[in-house]
Amino acid sequence: MSDNSEHPTPAEHSGYSEKDVQREVTELQEKSTTAARLFDIRRIIGGLFVLYGVIVTIAGLTDDDAAIDKAEGVNINLWTGLGMLLLGIFFLAWLKLRPTAPPPPVVEAGEEQPKG
Amino acid sequence: MQTPTISPTASLTSPTYLAAELRLPTNWLDYTLLGIYFVVVLGIGFAARRSVKTTLDFFLSGRSLPAWVTGLAFISANLAATEILGMAANSAQYGAYTVHWYWIGAIPAMVFLGLVMMPFYYGSKVRSVPEFLLLRFDRWAHLLSSVLFAFAAILIAGVNLYALAIVVEALLGWPQWVAIVVAGFFVLAYITLGGLSSAIYNEVLQFFVILAALIPITILALKKVGGWDGLTDKLTQSHGDNFVTAWGGTGIGEANPLGANWLTIVLGLGFVLSFGYWTTNFAEVQRALSAKNLSAAQRTPLIAAFPKIFIVFLVMIPGLAAAALVPGFGTEKSGYQYNDAIPYLMEGLLPNGVLGIAVTGLLAAFMAGMAANVSSFNTVFTTDIWAKYVVKDREDSYYVRFGRLITAIGVMASIGTAFLASSFSNIMSYLQTLFSFFNVPMFVVFIVGMFWKRASMKSGFWGLLAGTTAAMLNYFVLYKQDIISIPSDQGANFVSAIAGFVAGAVVMVAVSLFTSPKPADELQGLVYGTRSPGMAEPPAEGDDAWYRRPALLGWGAVVLAAACYIPFSFSF
Repeated sequence: MSDNSEHPTPAEHSGYSEKDVQREVTELQEKSTTAARLFDIRRIIGGLFVLYGVIVTIAGLTDDDAAIDKAEGVNINLWTGLGMLLLGIFFLAWLKLRPTAPPPPVVEAGEEQPKG
Repeated sequence: MQTPTISPTASLTSPTYLAAELRLPTNWLDYTLLGIYFVVVLGIGFAARRSVKTTLDFFLSGRSLPAWVTGLAFISANLAATEILGMAANSAQYGAYTVHWYWIGAIPAMVFLGLVMMPFYYGSKVRSVPEFLLLRFDRWAHLLSSVLFAFAAILIAGVNLYALAIVVEALLGWPQWVAIVVAGFFVLAYITLGGLSSAIYNEVLQFFVILAALIPITILALKKVGGWDGLTDKLTQSHGDNFVTAWGGTGIGEANPLGANWLTIVLGLGFVLSFGYWTTNFAEVQRALSAKNLSAAQRTPLIAAFPKIFIVFLVMIPGLAAAALVPGFGTEKSGYQYNDAIPYLMEGLLPNGVLGIAVTGLLAAFMAGMAANVSSFNTVFTTDIWAKYVVKDREDSYYVRFGRLITAIGVMASIGTAFLASSFSNIMSYLQTLFSFFNVPMFVVFIVGMFWKRASMKSGFWGLLAGTTAAMLNYFVLYKQDIISIPSDQGANFVSAIAGFVAGAVVMVAVSLFTSPKPADELQGLVYGTRSPGMAEPPAEGDDAWYRRPALLGWGAVVLAAACYIPFSFSF
């Protein structure tokens, strides 16, 4: 795959320059819809961990001695459940206190277009 | 699919199947927790679908994500299950040397990526690592690196899939093909639907599930062996003094289980392998390129560095505990392989409930490890190979459709490559081997190209080719044919990496001296000390807060990692 004779002349090398990439990506960034339409992941993390936390905490509260003996005498379900519940609540509270910032207006995206 | 060059190792080790007695006592509760996770994974894919309009949305999340999201995805993409099981295996086999993979083998490189390299990557607006090589060198360097990367990504995705199948078969009793089809289907579904956004969001979620799985295992394992003191006492008795130190026995000429001395650790692992992996592996860098601005992109690897410093305890302690609890752990007479360390503790310590979380965490990590490679593969294959050399200048929506198609093909191909992974007992050393072949030469080409203006257009291609060849020659000919004597696979990886680095650098300098340099005006923003015209962006609101300063975050991580070495560097 590395036959030297297949190398193009230097003139053919510069078919694609940094300016092409910058122009292309800047154009795509203006049309991009991720910022406006993508949901906030904090809601999902918060929801999943509150649910997991509740389920595993209940499992811990109803565990028999065999489960606790297995875990070296620690009620590991209870502690892990409470830990996950707290993490879930943290994410939901963060989302509540600092909601998703509205996407920047389109005008701004146009301004940062490179001059050169 | 197995290549003859790799198969000789198969005779040295039995297959990587976990011990048959490791069947986990899962019940309906554990399967409920697992089921909920799969529903959420698909839900993320469907919900992210409406945000995909352009190729930039599909391949780079529209360059719009906040730094904490990309930072956690950055660490998660690395924290695949092969890393978790493999690093626990490393600890059971080599002891506390494992900390080197984290504190010297990751943190300096992650900080370098954030502080030094990210302005060039993000500022030049490239969409992939090979695209940067196209701008800095020429199409030959670009094509070679794209093809090598696409090849490596599929191989490593296959490793993850295979590892998942054998673990799931041993732990849950599912036939291998069921595990492969189920995991392959979910990864295929959520990446095809939501593109990189859904891969990244799932990685962030996975980060927390993994922590919820590993923290209880670590705490209970420590309790079982009698705390840290009990652990070190037991291991010192059974494995010798050096087993619980970071540097003991690593003097040049001294023998140690790792088969490496401090020089090969610092140069091979700490510099060449680690910089190669963290700074040029597109599966990692892609997460930073999807950040919303330069400051967020710089902070991506820096935010990831802090969890990375501490995660070593969550994999090393279970590995050490397994070695302390089972005499001869990892050898034939114990009935366990090194990779069994974490599953062994899950089976013995976790009651139903937390057990379900741990199983979910492992499966999530396998899928995320595969997804990170598939989502970077489809980007390189579409934007770097297909759109530049095969079908050029079509409308953007065509490439989004093609990206979805190639995602499906990539998943199918990784199922095929899964078989390659079967010939190494220590999964991690297989990955390290691959990285030394693919990432190290890339890193040479980058570092020379970024810091030496004179490096010519042609030097990129030849440096890459020479480096890859030298690393492979060292591993497969000199080491595997016993021409030079290196005591372990890991030690050989470090030497291959150094060989690849030196060969790549020498060839680049030699070729540059005889061929023409790239014109100076085409190097703006690509070489250290220059700036690209469109690069300056006004800082976003709030980014000047002290805790968001890249330099402070970066140096803070380096100092913290160095401080972590102190208790492991002197005898107790």
